[in-house]
Amino acid sequence: MSTAAATIDHHHDASTSTGIPNKKLLMWAFLASDCMFFGCLISTHLIYRLHPPPGTLPAKQVFSIELTSFSTFILLMSSLMMALAVNAIQKGNLKSLRWSLLTTILFGCIFLGCQVYEFREFVFVKHLTITNSILGTTFFTLTGTHGLHVLIGVIWLSSMLIYSFTGRLSEKDAIDVESMGLYWHFVDIVWIVIFTAVYLLEYL
Amino acid sequence: MEALVKSDFLHKEAAPAPPFVLWRPTAKHGVIGWLTTVDHKRIGFLYGISALAFFIVGGLEALCIRLQLMVPNNHFLTSAQYSEMFTMHATTMIFLVIMPLGNAFFNFIMPLQVGARDVAFPRMNAFAYWIFLVGAIILNIGWFTKDGAPDAGWFGYAPLTTRTFSPTHAIDMWVMGLQLLGVSSMIGAFNFIVTIINLRAPGMTMMRLPVFTWMTLFTSFLIVLSFPAITIALVEIMMDRLFGTNFFEVSNGGLPILWQHLFWIFGHPEVYILILPAMGIISEILPTFSRKPLFGYPIVVFSGASIGFLGFGVWSHHMFTTGMGTTATAAFALMTMAIAVPTGVKIFNWIGTLWGGHISMRTPMMFALGFLWMFMIGGLSGIMHSAAPADAQQHGSYFVVAHFHYVLIGGSLFAIFAGIHYWFPLMFGRKVSEFWGKLSFWLVFIGFNVTFFPMHFLGLEGMPRRTFTYDKNMGWETGNMVATVGTFILGLGALIYFVTMVYTYYKGEKTTKDPWDARTLEWSLPNPPPEYNYQALPTVHARDGWWYAKLHPDIVAKEDAEHKQADEAHGGLHMPHQSIYPFLASCGMLIGGIGVSVIDPANPHDWPGFWGPKIAVTILGGAIMFVSILLWALEGNDGYHIHLNDDGSIKSSDQTAPAAHH
Repeated sequence: MSTAAATIDHHHDASTSTGIPNKKLLMWAFLASDCMFFGCLISTHLIYRLHPPPGTLPAKQVFSIELTSFSTFILLMSSLMMALAVNAIQKGNLKSLRWSLLTTILFGCIFLGCQVYEFREFVFVKHLTITNSILGTTFFTLTGTHGLHVLIGVIWLSSMLIYSFTGRLSEKDAIDVESMGLYWHFVDIVWIVIFTAVYLLEYL
Repeated sequence: MEALVKSDFLHKEAAPAPPFVLWRPTAKHGVIGWLTTVDHKRIGFLYGISALAFFIVGGLEALCIRLQLMVPNNHFLTSAQYSEMFTMHATTMIFLVIMPLGNAFFNFIMPLQVGARDVAFPRMNAFAYWIFLVGAIILNIGWFTKDGAPDAGWFGYAPLTTRTFSPTHAIDMWVMGLQLLGVSSMIGAFNFIVTIINLRAPGMTMMRLPVFTWMTLFTSFLIVLSFPAITIALVEIMMDRLFGTNFFEVSNGGLPILWQHLFWIFGHPEVYILILPAMGIISEILPTFSRKPLFGYPIVVFSGASIGFLGFGVWSHHMFTTGMGTTATAAFALMTMAIAVPTGVKIFNWIGTLWGGHISMRTPMMFALGFLWMFMIGGLSGIMHSAAPADAQQHGSYFVVAHFHYVLIGGSLFAIFAGIHYWFPLMFGRKVSEFWGKLSFWLVFIGFNVTFFPMHFLGLEGMPRRTFTYDKNMGWETGNMVATVGTFILGLGALIYFVTMVYTYYKGEKTTKDPWDARTLEWSLPNPPPEYNYQALPTVHARDGWWYAKLHPDIVAKEDAEHKQADEAHGGLHMPHQSIYPFLASCGMLIGGIGVSVIDPANPHDWPGFWGPKIAVTILGGAIMFVSILLWALEGNDGYHIHLNDDGSIKSSDQTAPAAHH
């Protein structure tokens, strides 16, 4: 068994009809439906953006594009670290895996911290709340849902980091990290769409 | 070699941790056996039994509706009770009867048809069932509380569902119940997609899949892609109701039309989620009883795919009267006409299957032929709606009620009745009486037509949907009286059908393997199928795999022996462990769901009233769910191995010890 474990083929699973591991296929199917979740939320925001009731605060006066650009950059870099983590576990390099996971978690937390700061600014300084305007309603729901995805990802990554120390996560579980990686990259890609459609669009 | 060195290094660093198992249930029978089962056949059975229970509930609601409408100015129900009845009748029949009955077949039949020993994620499969039950319970709690049952229609149009117009918790329960049912359907669908794509037996190429399995795949994709739309719509209305957001609050810029779009982006694919499994069942039954292969198999498969695809582009034909503008109206009218084409293609393929066949008129075949005819009537009145000017006249009238009942009863339900009859010998090893089966068919067929055919005319004469009563001088009393009489014939037919099924389950005549001389793999199994399904994984050589096997027994015997040997070389047949956590996690969801939707906020004046029993119960439910899922993840998915005797009985099983192999 030990020699078999050392020569795991991470790109072909002989036990399935297609060679794609079940967990990976499950994740792809889930991401397809997650596209529709975010698609509906983003559409809601874009439709309501075209019909502002009179007296609505212009979004440009609320947003702080510098801060959001910074957190966007951090989130994109976390995708790089996630890719390195997948690469590390497929090579059985646990030390490198741990550093990559830790950095990904850290970057995810910085993004979340920026979002918490941004939300507090909007609510207490700019007086944009989830109830007082349609912009607040769609903005906080959409970005909040994305933030929830990042938070779930951070918790999931942290469990992997812990289990890499207890022996529960080793090279044979590379598929778990790879599926997690698909999720993380997807959450990043969605953020690129949100950043464009919600923030950058206001500066056109 | 480099990988080997690194891997050895890592093994020294931390020894592999054993799974963390609090309790490994092994009971196959009794309450524990059912609560912890991960066997797709037992889960299918659970879906079926629950759906039949709700079929009785939904049927009684229908009877109440018809009794109220039997004579003009009737006072059998108040208008408020009538609203609850039609809302819950529709919600129950769609989400708690037809969808789970489809799921029962997906679970029981599909893994057998692809030649698998279980679904890809057995515990997740159990989870999907238990969440379904939780959603069904939350949806129906209102009958027993002071708030009453949901009463805003199954489509729940905003702003009727907002706090202003529906201040009680009835709508909260409807929202929460549907939300959970959506989660259940999606989890189930992910599982079926992976199972069909990845767990096919050797030789079972995609173009050899039985048509029912193809339709399961398309239905699962429709579920995965359309349910998010209603989930988001429900999230939005829930945010409006619980936290005071403005999604559908007109005074703050909300647009109620958005609800209609999101709902029907889900709602129209949902129609195909209800009918595609039926088409799959019919495509299995017609060839078996015509003693011919299905005519034009690839065309039937691809027209199923194009129905699924086009199904996402027709949703606004439910909204022709909302004033979308001429371009959008014309586009959706065209798409709606286009989607009739693949449906018509299927009808012609089924007729082609019958053509020149050696037809045997058994009960499943009678229901299947009934489907063909009744579904066609429903389809034709559907095409009438695609013409937007005509639709403007028919919209919101009994004509629409007649149309969708022809599709959902004459279509879906007839096919499901046919399917239950057809697969009953396989599922339970007993054969249903032909006399009682045919009697129930004729009663259902006649009762159904007597009930719903007059509604076409009632609709064209202007009788509106959802009206709780009507005046004598409208000229509607004959049609309504006839429809109500028909309902009782239909109800009697359904009663005989299910009493016969229950009787057969306990007392019916025992049957041999493959009693219909059928064509697909599941019939190669002994009935009822053993827990591990296939003693030797089958090798598939042709589209009708079992038919080929019957004609070439020597080849099959040789391959079976090879597969058995291969299984033994891998340590025996691999079986998934049972688990209590899917059930416990859904108990958490039930508690949390009750917290969100049933319990009053702490202080109504300090709305939304943060701390109090509502928040406490919600957090408690969430915590139970989180801990259960964590323990579920930690117990691992190792499974165990069994070894079989030649007759298929279990020789030995290492269920109590974790399996060494993967």
